[in-house]
This record gives sequence, structure tokens and C-alpha cells, in this order.
Amino acid sequence: MIYLDYAANTPVNEEVLTAFCKAARQYQGNANSKHAEGLAAKAEMERITISVANLLGVKPAEIIFTSGATEANNTAIKGLAQATQGLGRHIISTPLEHSSVTGCLRTLQKQGYEVDYLSLQADGKINLPELQAKLRSDTVLLAICAVDSELGTIQPLAEIVKILQNYPHCHLHVDATQAIGKIDFSLQGISTLSFAPHKFYGLGGSGILFKRKNVDLVPLLEGGASTTSYRSGTPALALAASVEVALKLALAKRQSRWLEVKQKQNFLRQQLTRYPKVRINSPKEGSPYILNLSVAGVRGQNFQRALNERGVCVSVRSACSSDGQPSAAVLALTHDYWNALSSWRLSLSHLTSETDLQDFLTAFSQCYEKLTK
Amino acid sequence: MIEKTALVAMSGGVDSSVTALLLQEQGYKCSGVTMRLYHNEDVGLCQFHTCCSLKDIDDAQDVAFKLHIPFEVLDYTADFKRQVIAKFVQTYEQGGTPNPCIDCNRFMKFGHLWEAAQKKQLNYVATGHYARLEFDQEQGLYILKKAIDATKDQSYVLYMLSQEQMAHTLFPLGSLTKKKVREIAAGHGLVNAGKHDSQDICFVPEGDYGKFMEEYTGKTYAQGNFLDTRGKVVGLHQGAVRYTIGQRKKLGLALGKPVYVCEKDMVHNTVTVGDETSLMAKGLVATEVNWLSGRIPTTALKVQARTRYKQQEQEALAYPLGANSLRLEFACPQRAVAPGQAVVLYQGDVVVAGGTITKVLR
Repeated sequence: MIYLDYAANTPVNEEVLTAFCKAARQYQGNANSKHAEGLAAKAEMERITISVANLLGVKPAEIIFTSGATEANNTAIKGLAQATQGLGRHIISTPLEHSSVTGCLRTLQKQGYEVDYLSLQADGKINLPELQAKLRSDTVLLAICAVDSELGTIQPLAEIVKILQNYPHCHLHVDATQAIGKIDFSLQGISTLSFAPHKFYGLGGSGILFKRKNVDLVPLLEGGASTTSYRSGTPALALAASVEVALKLALAKRQSRWLEVKQKQNFLRQQLTRYPKVRINSPKEGSPYILNLSVAGVRGQNFQRALNERGVCVSVRSACSSDGQPSAAVLALTHDYWNALSSWRLSLSHLTSETDLQDFLTAFSQCYEKLTK
Repeated sequence: MIEKTALVAMSGGVDSSVTALLLQEQGYKCSGVTMRLYHNEDVGLCQFHTCCSLKDIDDAQDVAFKLHIPFEVLDYTADFKRQVIAKFVQTYEQGGTPNPCIDCNRFMKFGHLWEAAQKKQLNYVATGHYARLEFDQEQGLYILKKAIDATKDQSYVLYMLSQEQMAHTLFPLGSLTKKKVREIAAGHGLVNAGKHDSQDICFVPEGDYGKFMEEYTGKTYAQGNFLDTRGKVVGLHQGAVRYTIGQRKKLGLALGKPVYVCEKDMVHNTVTVGDETSLMAKGLVATEVNWLSGRIPTTALKVQARTRYKQQEQEALAYPLGANSLRLEFACPQRAVAPGQAVVLYQGDVVVAGGTITKVLR
């Protein structure tokens, strides 16, 4: 098996799993309970929260544990929209966003919000003058990913923050799911930020929403008061413990892994561009972890299936995404419907070995021969 | 000359795939669309909240890609629930025998899909139905005719078409045999050339509509009495909705002679069985009648009628009753005419009219 779908999920790290098991065994109380077991759990939850906050360079009160990035995005976008009622109903976003962001935006549109989507430059970055032009006094939210999941484009967050300084009503929500532990960026000027540790060797079912202290947000999930008023529900202590370790490891190894993976992507680019029908969709300046490509004349699904038959796991925008449309991200970047329908994604890790790459290239070559003849 | 642009309803099956292919060869600029009509888990086709019929969507998308035509999936689940499934359930609960395919054509394919085509500024809707549409120069009218392949003819489920709809509808398979259609698909390497035909009612798994209705409505259809034609109790039935007029099998009755369901009383939850003679109808009354020419005849009309999908036509006389109803008298009494079903009137190959049977005349 050659696993090249690390942007979808990563294998759990042993230390992370150990931390999870240890906390699960050690604490039986509900962190919301007032007896000794509850207080012990609460104390541990607080320790973890402080640690996570320190790792991100933010305050503990700004950390909200969620069930994943999907919940974090929903909480942030819907919560910010509700909290800014009266200030405006205009939102700006990009064609690169994950369905947990676009889904929220569609819902808000149905509620009367106006959503503007920015176009992309050839390098996959948003066009800053266009952002400037689209911002209005009633713009309440810019929802953008730091790194997009399909192409791996990296967005110029620092410049965006600078532009937004003149729009005090406009919150910046950043989906950092493909960015945390991979690229370095400042949280300055960001109102809310989401990510999920299963993208960096943590466990599924956990996520983090950073919400800046002075930012108002109406909670999505209501219930009893918990460790935070922004997300009810019994704190998942063992998962939180696993988040802490996963985040610590990912941040510590960020730079060395980046360089390692960058080399792997460069190698793949070099090898793949030798095939005349291959078009690399990911911009060169993007994340080394993600490589999106198309083989002209072959539907992405079919190439993915053929690779799967040869033991290679890559990702394609699924027909399950229900409207039958090609990837909006690839379409927005390449402006080519058929190219977008042919696109698929492989995503790399420091765990990807040279043998993996060689075996992938062999399988790729076989599929290419078979499907393009 | 109207620009040749068409929205093709693509189900992922052989017929609609070849439809797209043929139109393209005829110079039409096509767009493909799969109509999502229901969620599998809602109609009990799937145990989990996943989508097994995605294979069909995937097939349709594959064909569209191969033919280089744009494709999308449009969601009509809410409309389908309201306009097709709800009526299906209601008709059965009222003792009738519904034909949901006709409502699906009426509301989904030639209603909503046509609206979608207009939004896309496409001039035609095309489907893989086996029927022929022609324009009669002399009368200045569109006419709907049976398919060349009598075994596949679907004109029965298309009687609701208006002149206006026929003017912007295309059935390119009407003059081909199914065998030929499969050959064309195979010849062009369309993935689904060997795919089996769709069966029965698409949203009722394995044809068990009683089970479907119980799961769908959450009701239990209570047991009740089987009566003979004189009103004597002869057995216990498993819920009147589960039986259809003319049914002989699976009645669980041993009366020493074959009996058929000939009447249902939904109020008293009884099912009357009798021998074949008690099934016979001399005529019927139909409402929601569509005269395909758009003109209501002023006198009785000699026609050949079908009261079921796969039935040989029977000689009959049709008497229009106002704009929307008619009375039909068969030359020979007919068995198992069921309220709720469609009656479709032909003159030779041409569909003259059709409607919903509301009353059976004994």
C-alpha cells in the first residue's frame, strides 16, 4: 500500500496515542463536576488548554476544543455572522474553501447574506487589490484558508490583515487545517482560526477553534456551561491530551519536515512533467505537502480508481460531493472545466519514503499508459 | 430555425447515454443532468447514510466526460417527495393503484427539467424514452407515437405531454430497437453498455411497496377480512393497501378455485375476491384527461385503449365528458381495470389521449 493522502488523514503518532490512553485511563470525572474526580479532570483540562495556548502563542481563554475542523468552521462562521447582526450582511471568501466553509456560506446566503468570492492569481493567491475593492463598510467577515486543501496554495495572510485594518467590522476567519504544523504564520489580526490534529498525526474527532478574546461569537452548540461558554458538551479530556501532544510534535518538527517534503514534491514534479498529458495544477510556490495534477482526457475519478487498483491511495473530489461539478478550486485557478474534471490530488508526508515515490511513479506510468491510449 | 441545444436527462443507464450520444451526432449542443430524486436511505434502499446509487451518477458523469458535454446533478428530492411519493402513498391508501412513473414524467422530467433547460437557455429537453415525436405538417400539430420497438414502447407513460411540451422535447431512441441501442453504446465504449434495465418503481426496493409504505409513513396497515362477492368473510388479509386489483398470487386463500382481488374498501379495511368474471369491466371513467392534440373531440371516438403499461390495446369507444374527463366503453369486457392507473387511448400508433382511471363500470 502506498499512502499518498496525508491531507485527508494521517496515521496517529504513538506518543499521541499514549497520551490519549493515559488520560482516558487516569480521569473518570466530568470536568464540569464539582467533586474531587471532576476537579481533577478540570485541572488537567486547564493544564492542557494552557499548554495548547502557549504552543500557539495565544491566551488559554482563546482556545475552544471542538469535534473537528468542520465544527470549528461552523461555529466560527455562523457564530460571527450572528454576533455581527446589525453591522452588515456582506461576506467575502474564496473558491478554495473546504465544504465546511462553503456550506456555512451557502446557508448564510439563504438567510440573506451577500457572499462575494475572490478570483485567484496565476500563483493561486487571492488578488489583494480585488479584496481591497470588494471590502465595504458592511463587510462583516472574510473567510479564507491559510493553505487550501486541493491545490496547496498559500494565502498572503499578513498582507490581508494589513488591508483589513481599515475595516474594523470585518472579522478574519482562517481555516488553518492544512497549515498548522506545516507553514509558519502569525495569528495577529485573525479573529478566529480552525484546525484539526488528525491532519498532523493526531486523532480524528478533535479540533481546535481559536477565538480572539474580544471577539463576540454566538455559540453553535448550546447546553450546559462547560470549560468554555462557546462550546457546550462534556470536555473530551483524553482527546484534548492527544491534541496537545500532536500539536507539540508538529510545531517542533515543522521546519525540518517542510524541507524534506519540499524535496519530495520537487522530485515528483520533475518526474511527472515528463508525461505530455500531465498538467500540474498546484502552483510552484504552494505547500510542498500537496500536489494536484490532471491527466488530460482522463476523468480524475478514473485515474484515482486505477491507482487504487495498484495499491496507491490518492484523493479526488468525490462524486459524492453531490452536484457533479468539478473542483471549484482547480477550476478557479486553471479556468478549464475539463482540466478540473481530470484533476486529482496526492499529498505527502515526512513519512513518505523514496520507495513509496518510486512505486507510485511505476503505478502512475502503468495507469497513464492504460488510460490515455 | 431554433438553435439545436438540449438538456439531456442522464441516469447513468444505457438509454439516456445513447440519447446524448445520438443528439450530439445530430448536431445538438448538449448538457447532461442527473436528477436526484430521493435519498437512498430515505426509501430504504440503503442501510447507512451513504449513497449507493452514486454509482449511477458516476456512470452518467463518465459518459458526459467521454462525450465532452458539461454535466451536473440537480437536486429534486423535495419536489419528488411532494409530487410523486406522497401521491403514490395517498393513492394506495385510498384504494387505488398508482403509477408514479407518470407523475415523475409529468412533474419532474417535463416540468422541473424543462424549467432547468430554460434557465440554461437550452431549447430542448431530451430523454431516453422509447417513443416517437413527430410534427404533422398538415394539421400543424405534434404527435406522439409508439416506439418502433414494441417490447420497449413507453408511450403509455408519456400521454400527459402538451403540444407546447412536445415542441421542445426530444426522444431520439423512439425509432431504434433496444438491441441497436446497446450496440451503439458498446460501439462507442460507453461504460454502461451492458447495464441492466431499471426495474419497476425506482424508489421501492424489490417491489415490496407495502413494506415501503409502512417504513415511509410509519403506519402499520392492519389486517382485515377477505370477503367474497356476496360479502361473506373468507379469510384474513395483511392490510388492504398490500393488494392490487386483479392480484391472484400471494393471497393465502384456499377456496378450491382461483380467486382475484376485485375490490377494496379502504374505510372498512376489506378486500373482496371473486372469480375472473367479477374482475371484468365494461368500461371506465377517467379524469385529468389530456388530449394530445389540444383539441377535445365533440363526438365519440373509436380508439384502442390500454389500462396497464404492458397490455395489448383493446378496441373501445371514448366519450369526452367536458374538457378533463372521459368515459370509455370496451368492445369486449376487460379484466383488472384499476382506479389510479392510467388509461391511454391510441389510434394505430398515435397516442390520442390519456387520463387517470377514477371509476370502473361493471
